[in-house]
Amino acid sequence: MKAATLERLLAARAAKRAVVLATKLDDGTQALWPDEALPPALVAAAEEALRDDEAKNQDGWFLAPHNPPLRLIVVGAVHVAQSLVPMALPLGFAVTVVDPRRAFATDARFPGVTLNHEWPDDAMKELAPDARTAVVTLTHDPKLDDPALDVALRSGAFYIGALGSRRTHAKRVARLTELGHGPDAIARIRAPIGLDIEAVTAPEIALSILAEIVAARRGSKLAQRLAA
Amino acid sequence: MRDRVVSEDILSTAAEWRRAGETLALATVVETWGSSPRPAGSMLLVSKSGKLAGSVSGGCIEGAVAQIGQRVMETGAPELHDFGISDERAWEVGLACGGKLKVFVEKLA
Repeated sequence: MKAATLERLLAARAAKRAVVLATKLDDGTQALWPDEALPPALVAAAEEALRDDEAKNQDGWFLAPHNPPLRLIVVGAVHVAQSLVPMALPLGFAVTVVDPRRAFATDARFPGVTLNHEWPDDAMKELAPDARTAVVTLTHDPKLDDPALDVALRSGAFYIGALGSRRTHAKRVARLTELGHGPDAIARIRAPIGLDIEAVTAPEIALSILAEIVAARRGSKLAQRLAA
Repeated sequence: MRDRVVSEDILSTAAEWRRAGETLALATVVETWGSSPRPAGSMLLVSKSGKLAGSVSGGCIEGAVAQIGQRVMETGAPELHDFGISDERAWEVGLACGGKLKVFVEKLA
């Protein structure tokens, strides 16, 4: 690899731009797509590599996708979030903590992550969750959780989870129904949140949430929930 | 889908080591068969001074790949190698693998 290619690949990564490093395996020729052109047959494979987030071999070329990091949006700078955030970072998530209550969402409590002090509906509209984004609401306060869930349900987020008991969730379902969400949309919300590992402490709850997020991302059967 | 995050850290390390004046080779898993422990895209970075970063197999073939890396740093010509990880060897290094993989080794010029 040429040093210039490496620097451009790292720059694309820093700019959170999706690129594919294409390598011709017989002579080492390389191209960074889409900045540099590839033959049409390879372009289709490169697009597929990015979409599947999986390396491909095509016509003697190796196509390595470099997607921007997965995102995790945590609504509620609460105690559980303090366990969740530092565990999410090494799993490869770029984390944003949303909480308008500035006393909770502080750099001291959440070092190394982006803090957003907007009201959750504004924050969520700005953050625009996509298919590489997980959204978790933790505040226990409908004034904060509901507007975030309202936006999340209108997005392509691959995971939407809400902290709270079955009873809390039943009330939440009624409120979200009033906001115009149908049963299929509401069924996307994982509540009670996390894999059922009988979690009690904040770190255990964080572990169960992250385990469920990973299971959802990797298509594990553990991520499937039976209809309540 | 399996983990592909690891390669990105290796590239940052490659840039760092290069800025520190190291001569480097980069090995990338380009294809796997069976139960290879690392997915395609996994990388091992080798420096002329003998430093290693990353992994192409979880330990089975790192030594052999590092030697190829040293040669590639000399010749400048990339090489493509097939490795079969036997079950016995896998047992020895404590890995439940027994897979096959193809590794591309190039100089960082």
